Amino acid sequence: MHPDQDYAGFVTEGRFMLQRSRSSGRFVFYPRVAAPGTGETDLEWVEASGEGVVYSTTVVRNKPPTPDYNIALIDLAEGVRMMSRVVEMDPGAVTIGMRVKARIGEIDGVAAVVFTGAGA
Amino acid sequence: MSFPRGKTAIVGAATFGIGSAPGYSATELLAKASLAAIADAGLSVADIDGVFAIMPQDPFTAMSVPEYLGIRPKITETTRTGGSSFQIHAMWAALALEAGLCDAVLIAYGSNQRSAAGGLMTSGAAPFPYESVYKPRNPPSSYALAAARHMHDYGTTREHLAEVAVAARKWAQLNPDAFVRDPLSIEDVLGARMVSDPLTVRDCCLVTDGAAAVVMTRADRARDLPQPPAYLLGAASATWYKNISSAQDLTVTAATEAGERAYAQAGVKPSDIDVVEVYDAFTINTILFLEDLGFCPKGEGGRFVADGGIAPGGKLAVNTNGGGLSCVHPGMYGLFTMVEAVTQLRGAAGERQIAGAKLALAHGNGGTLSSQAVTIFGTGETL
Repeated sequence: MHPDQDYAGFVTEGRFMLQRSRSSGRFVFYPRVAAPGTGETDLEWVEASGEGVVYSTTVVRNKPPTPDYNIALIDLAEGVRMMSRVVEMDPGAVTIGMRVKARIGEIDGVAAVVFTGAGA
Repeated sequence: MSFPRGKTAIVGAATFGIGSAPGYSATELLAKASLAAIADAGLSVADIDGVFAIMPQDPFTAMSVPEYLGIRPKITETTRTGGSSFQIHAMWAALALEAGLCDAVLIAYGSNQRSAAGGLMTSGAAPFPYESVYKPRNPPSSYALAAARHMHDYGTTREHLAEVAVAARKWAQLNPDAFVRDPLSIEDVLGARMVSDPLTVRDCCLVTDGAAAVVMTRADRARDLPQPPAYLLGAASATWYKNISSAQDLTVTAATEAGERAYAQAGVKPSDIDVVEVYDAFTINTILFLEDLGFCPKGEGGRFVADGGIAPGGKLAVNTNGGGLSCVHPGMYGLFTMVEAVTQLRGAAGERQIAGAKLALAHGNGGTLSSQAVTIFGTGETL
């Protein structure tokens, strides 16, 4: 397993994958060669549920015509947190506690896991 | 072995090139501050046998700074945790001095980031791919995420954040060395250009040039030198993560842990501290660190700073030089908090002097709320 390379490869293929320890069942993000704090190396890739909740949010403000965009920290249903963007809505209308759903998007030509509002 | 409380002291302190210092390299700025600090200590360059120095653009300061000053040090140290590096240098310097590994330590920093780069300089570290792909405007966006969560959890408001900037400016107006001293109102902060919600450009620190340096010796020698020693009573650091996406709770920093250990070493409590210098890269910092260092309960920082609570004449003297928000912020600000603490303990702070200051806390923050370090200094009376 080459965690950074593998994760990036999955995203490019349109898949959002997370590492999980076979023995403890604990998920790991960002991808590593061992689980942080405990050192388990029995990590396998599993498909992420894509379900998340916004833990915090900000808007990067730009001079027009460059659009403003959202930056958020997302707590995934699997118990790990990641930075991402909430897209397809006013970046300033993203709120803490909002339920979101992952999809593979593209940021300036690079494939990335982004989130959209999942509705109430 | 416990921390050598009061066994070492800062005996010389200086700054140089605060604000805008066009035409100087970072090394030149660092050297000017260093020579001034050594002279302030009543020592000569040849007396320095420990060099603890960092600069943003130079990963090899352990060699380049001694070479430039013409020193062959017994000890070099370049712990590099961003803005908290210098508190950690002071901690190691105290241990090295007490162990007799060296006799006189120079701690120094210099940056020409305002004049040279015309903006923020990068650390040279490789980007962290799990954040960089999303293009947060760092460092502001990371601190903005912490601010947003603090507001959500505790009812902190943008007005509370603005109070921090206004208090810093009022202190700066009492400090002739501060870079920005124009009047600043709550409305000015709220109405300023938004950088990363909820932080406007006035919630963000200055981008300046500047250098600072201090000299440390053992206490027995300090007493024979010309300046009143600022004794190091406690020094501790804690690191919980590097990237903001790895923070467990955005409203609590490792300053809780570092502060607890530093207070225990010093044998003092928050209410004993006369002057508080915290690393205010952004307005939310001051609120978080006042809470984490025990000056108010968690979540109460916004209400604590309201109504001029930390402005001159308020209930606690915080960032009396004007801080990173209004005095100086040349990439890393941590050493300036120590210089201001020393200035206050010497009674040499002029219009902004806190009468009878005996205990001062100088805090450093590195990364994105990541590395936290606390030093506590006292006058001879506190030994």
